[in-house]
Amino acid sequence: MIQQVLFIVVTIVAFGWAIKQFGRIRSNIKLGAPETISGDTGTRWKNVLLVAFGQQKMFAQWKPALLHFFIYSAFLLTQVELIEILIDGFTGQHRMFAPLLGGFYTFVISFIEILSLLALIATVVFILRRTIFKRDRFNKPEMKGWPSKDGLLILAGEVVLIAAIFTMNGTDILLQELDPEHFPDTGNLAVSSILGPALFGSLSQNTLVILERVGWWLHLLTVYAFLNYLPISKHLHIALAFPNAYFSRLRPRGEMENMPDIMNEVKSMMGLIEEEEPPEGEELPEFGAKDVFDLSWKTLLDAYSCTECGRCTAACPANLTGKKLSPRKVMMDIRDRLEVVSTTRASQSAEQKAAPYDDGKSLFDSITPEELHACTACQACVEACPVLINPLEPILAMRRYEVLTESSGPSDWIPMFNSIENSGAVWQVGDARDAWTKD
Amino acid sequence: MNVPLLADVAAEGKSIDILFWVGCAGSFDARAQKVTKAFARILNHVGVNYAILGEEELCTGDPARRAGNEFVFQMTALQNVETLNGYGVKKIVTACPHCFNTLKNEYPALGGSYEVIHHTQLLQELINTGKLKLKGGGTFKGKRITYHDSCYLGRVNRIYEAPRKVLEALDVELVEMKRCKSKGLCCGAGGAQMFKEDEPGNKRINAERVDEALNTGAKTIAANCPFCLTMLTDGVTAKGKEDTVEVYDLSELIADSLPPGQE
Ligand code: SF4
Ligand code: SF4
Repeated sequence: MIQQVLFIVVTIVAFGWAIKQFGRIRSNIKLGAPETISGDTGTRWKNVLLVAFGQQKMFAQWKPALLHFFIYSAFLLTQVELIEILIDGFTGQHRMFAPLLGGFYTFVISFIEILSLLALIATVVFILRRTIFKRDRFNKPEMKGWPSKDGLLILAGEVVLIAAIFTMNGTDILLQELDPEHFPDTGNLAVSSILGPALFGSLSQNTLVILERVGWWLHLLTVYAFLNYLPISKHLHIALAFPNAYFSRLRPRGEMENMPDIMNEVKSMMGLIEEEEPPEGEELPEFGAKDVFDLSWKTLLDAYSCTECGRCTAACPANLTGKKLSPRKVMMDIRDRLEVVSTTRASQSAEQKAAPYDDGKSLFDSITPEELHACTACQACVEACPVLINPLEPILAMRRYEVLTESSGPSDWIPMFNSIENSGAVWQVGDARDAWTKD
Repeated sequence: MNVPLLADVAAEGKSIDILFWVGCAGSFDARAQKVTKAFARILNHVGVNYAILGEEELCTGDPARRAGNEFVFQMTALQNVETLNGYGVKKIVTACPHCFNTLKNEYPALGGSYEVIHHTQLLQELINTGKLKLKGGGTFKGKRITYHDSCYLGRVNRIYEAPRKVLEALDVELVEMKRCKSKGLCCGAGGAQMFKEDEPGNKRINAERVDEALNTGAKTIAANCPFCLTMLTDGVTAKGKEDTVEVYDLSELIADSLPPGQE
């Protein structure tokens, strides 16, 4: 009875807090500039199914992909077990599905156990890759501090979760013999029927009962902790990878977003359309992106979906040759800036909230021109990203801000701009364009 | 060399099947001009009904746009769209993947929709349909060649097969670099890098790519883009290998294997 009350309180708090957190993320994403994502819904669902659910792009590197898949599928399937835990918790029963489902129950739980074992192996390998083998892409400057702790913390959480599952199931197997009335028969479980007697065989019934409860609660609490940890972690991708795949842009990869305002202004300069008088006293418009508000909401969703895996950076020709640019850092900086903006916003008075946000900072405080200028627009990052993030989009949007709004940017580019404008070629040349036909 | 101008063709009241978009590099860069001429020779040899715009062609605006200068992009691009629409151009072939991408993917939003193909696609088509027959035992037969995917033909527009089929027709021994096709490494010129100094780093991107190409043991590097051509050639020179390793555009390899005929 006490357990039931405790369970209900903990569950309400855990879900209530999580809903609030996710709501905050959602409204942060909506701070971005509007962008209509158009295109065929069928293709979108295909992306969700293949890329998010099926992790198609992960398999470009099959070894980490397989290990990641174990953890991912174990995690998904553990949620099936969680349904029973939730119902048991509310009603005060124990393993209510076991007698109802019989052999099928044995199969499902055994399946989860095997996956959990594989996930445990994968988790250990992942921890080693990050700590002992120090894979290059996990040791870039942007991973110092919190991001690498974040990665390890979740792997540690995974170990706790799996340990909890095996404690819970292992002790249960023994208790089924000792107290069949309270512990319904689950059949032979693939892992626990061996592991349980081996680990806990010598313990008294009382200790077993306590251990079983410890395992059960630990399982539940780890899941709740995880749920509430997601919104402040790169692990948010397990939720956001799905909408991110759905809203992934379907326009041709090579098409930079058109800027209709500028197009129409040039058209009217060329006399192609009627000139529109700019309204009196209007401020000069700003073009490109200076802060998170100027980036499309889709780019902000991208930033929250980033897994910090660094596949983009590992493929980036600029980063590979020692330049400061790292597409992963760009995505992380956008997310961090968005977090700062939203926390500051939350502490502001109603009056301040009504005005446009200004804390004297912008994205340019973390993403420097040197980084932006190193990009070759090669799209290796876009190709590499397992969750369909486009790091090139914000890089080019920020270049637009530099050049169009601030009239800055690399001075080397100015002759190229002038030359295109004045002579229609990237270089200032005296020859006729068809001079090559003459010899 | 006899290369028809679209203005002349139109003045005679005739029409063309395809416009050859030469691009800035192909028009003015001494090395890329050779590619342009090689490709024009092939077109003449096969008897393709084509023309160029000559002085009426302007930069497509790709480098300006990727540098962030939308004004300059729109100015040059909208004029091109006017010209192309004015002539009623339907189909375009170009030897530059940047022109290719911009014409194909970016001009539609500006009111210019055309069927755009890259010269390697046209070459493949001409070979496939038997219109272009190569003389057996060309200079490159059996030679070890590695092929560099340009970003804007390869990864961005996902054209990996056409250029490789063209190489197949030449009967060469194609050796792939480790980073090829969708994983191909940039030559370092894209995103308007061609027009500026590198940012501080510890290696030039073209040096990284040339190292990889040389590791295949190939003495010929095939490319499909005038900017890659410059970058890779510079990289080979920086290694002091300019006497033993050569960088060619695919159309140059084909032009070399043309049987004798009218040009
Ligand atoms: S597009 Fe830019 S950021 Fe992305 S991989 Fe290429 S150079 Fe790096
Ligand atoms: S942007 Fe994509 S590839 Fe890059 S770190 Fe994030 S999830 Fe990984």
